Amino acid sequence: MNAQRRDVLKSGGGVTMLALLAAAGWLKPGQALAADGWNAAAFATKSLDDTVRALGGSAPAPSTDISFVQTPDIAENGAVVPVGVTSAIPKTESIAILVEKNPNMLVGVFDIPPGTAPSITTRMKMGQSSKVYALVKADGKYYVASKEVKVTLGGCGG
Amino acid sequence: MNRREFLQAVAAAAATGLPVVGACAQGSAAAARFYDSAVKPFGNVGLLHFTDCHAQLSPIYFREPNVNLGVGVAAGQPPHLVGEFLLRRFGIAPGTRDAHAFTYLDFASAARTFGQVGGFAHLATLVQRLRATRPGALLLDGGDTWQGSATALWTKGQDMVDAQKLLGVDVMTGHWEFTYGADRVKEVVERDFAGKIDFVAQNVKTADFGDPVFKPYVIRPINGVPVAIVGQAFPYTPIANPRYFVAEWTFGIQEEAMQKAVDDARAKGAQVVVVLSHNGMDVDVKMASRVTGIDAILGGHTHDGVPTPTLVANRGGRTLVGNAGSNGKFLAVLDFDVKAGRVADFRYRLLPVFSALLPADPAMDALIRRTRAPHAAKLDEKLAVTEGLLYRRGNFNGTSDQLILEALLAEKDAQIAFSPGFRWGTSLLPGQAIRMEHLMDQTAITYPYVTVNEMTGETIKTILEDVADNLFNPDPYYQQGGDMVRVGGMRYTIDPKAAMGSRISQMQIAGKPIDAAKRYKVAGWAPVSEEARAAGGEPIWDVCARYLRAQKSIPSLTLNLPVIRGMEGNPGMSA
Repeated sequence: MNAQRRDVLKSGGGVTMLALLAAAGWLKPGQALAADGWNAAAFATKSLDDTVRALGGSAPAPSTDISFVQTPDIAENGAVVPVGVTSAIPKTESIAILVEKNPNMLVGVFDIPPGTAPSITTRMKMGQSSKVYALVKADGKYYVASKEVKVTLGGCGG
Repeated sequence: MNRREFLQAVAAAAATGLPVVGACAQGSAAAARFYDSAVKPFGNVGLLHFTDCHAQLSPIYFREPNVNLGVGVAAGQPPHLVGEFLLRRFGIAPGTRDAHAFTYLDFASAARTFGQVGGFAHLATLVQRLRATRPGALLLDGGDTWQGSATALWTKGQDMVDAQKLLGVDVMTGHWEFTYGADRVKEVVERDFAGKIDFVAQNVKTADFGDPVFKPYVIRPINGVPVAIVGQAFPYTPIANPRYFVAEWTFGIQEEAMQKAVDDARAKGAQVVVVLSHNGMDVDVKMASRVTGIDAILGGHTHDGVPTPTLVANRGGRTLVGNAGSNGKFLAVLDFDVKAGRVADFRYRLLPVFSALLPADPAMDALIRRTRAPHAAKLDEKLAVTEGLLYRRGNFNGTSDQLILEALLAEKDAQIAFSPGFRWGTSLLPGQAIRMEHLMDQTAITYPYVTVNEMTGETIKTILEDVADNLFNPDPYYQQGGDMVRVGGMRYTIDPKAAMGSRISQMQIAGKPIDAAKRYKVAGWAPVSEEARAAGGEPIWDVCARYLRAQKSIPSLTLNLPVIRGMEGNPGMSA
């Protein structure tokens, strides 16, 4: 365990991580919530096809070069489900995560600048068991992979 | 390994792993020799394994299931075989000690003939005899050791921790241990176990940074050969049990991390890699097909007593998968012949622990007596007498659950009652007294609250569907390993092969269909939510004890079983 790392976070008290980063000069004020490029239409979509369209693409091709990492089969807590996606597709430009049964499907779009490893992890909220999509844009084209993540009522084990 | 080699390997395993069968095993001379062939060693690396003893320090009865359905690729495969189907598959003669140990057949009468099973004092004697012929053999404990009895609950697992140390457990992993809370687990691991027992779990990490909480594996020399034991705790602990006990830890199957742990251990010189697992057997079989470099997975959680291990082929070779039953009833013996730095051959036996054939070890016997003494009056209180056989294990209601459901319906004046599909809980023969100790064997948990809620028919269906999917999802990684929730007051039909959300139908109460919109009064226990803990609720054992004292005698109970569809011919169900 890295107690020091944990202490640094706790020592912030009411100060958020973002504020700490800003104070350290790693983040310019306002940058965390930058409105530039916010695609409101994409975040309001209800289907995979609609999301791809709102992002400016069409008909994603299924790909086995996209893999889920650190993503549970059964979520321990639907409110914070870890999810990670790694793309082995050359010239990956962005990775988006979608949850089929969430009220709004799109969880987030991560831009992958050239020279960056196309691998992202985050945490998301899920209301019920659902298919989770990883949508990759590479060299202008869209690719997709999916995985089932269960959100159960719990109990009754073993 | 190609298909033909694999089949040959399976045939060889079946030949070598034959359980001990004696046609006249009932005779005292033959009985005395019951363990002789197992005591004879093989190869140069010995491992002993027990799992899911559920804190049963004293000898008990434990009836194996007559319904243990497999779906998908697991259909008809071990461990999903019961009764005659199991005997036939493993070549066990009916009417023998082994037939009694591995099946439910003619249970009450066979139990009277062959006597009780398990008990740590008897297990200790067997462990000593096997160790005497196996230099440096390790004793592995698969977990679910600190929970399942009154004394374990009342001492927060301390009675079992002391017994593990005296028994000489070398390595363990866990599941129900975590229901005493993260602090208690750490306390035992850091204080009681220090320098004696390694608690290993590669799949338990801190929720914030993903730091390991326990050692992922240990490498111990056995007879001069470095052997790695990798721990796999129950992956769904924070889901199947209250998350608040381990709020800062995360679990999961974590296949990639398992592969890394195995590769690390090999890189550090381990010539044999064994996973001590609490996955459940179906999950172990799938994991064995996808992770390479594991010689054997010694598993538990699903309480399957499987006489012969399953050999699973994968990209790197093959992995042996065993599951060693529950309640102290079995001890697995795995002997490896390690030559030129790798496993050349093996022998595996799952030995039933027949208490009458193994004299009690005096030191362990004394420890158990000391443990029980302060609680004797409470443990021994006679609550009622049972006229029928009481048992729990099976995919659907057992008679012990039926009794709990009837107590809930009566004492809480409910229309419907739910009782969790736990797989632990000992058996009582017809005519036996139900003492407080026996009631605690069915109920001793750290979240025993009884709940009474108004639920709509729709909610009731959602719950049944959810639990059914945790049991019957065709992909084992989506299963949690409990049995179906036990149901009283209502009827239903289940189609295990149907898709999630459409397995349950024909829900009825008092002969009428359950209305999706109407509310029903439902009693239950063992809630996993923090709200339920805050609300309190009477402990389930108080409710049941009150009911039993009033009844005095419990007649043979009729099981409220669902109508099961689509499982005709499945050998996981008695004909």
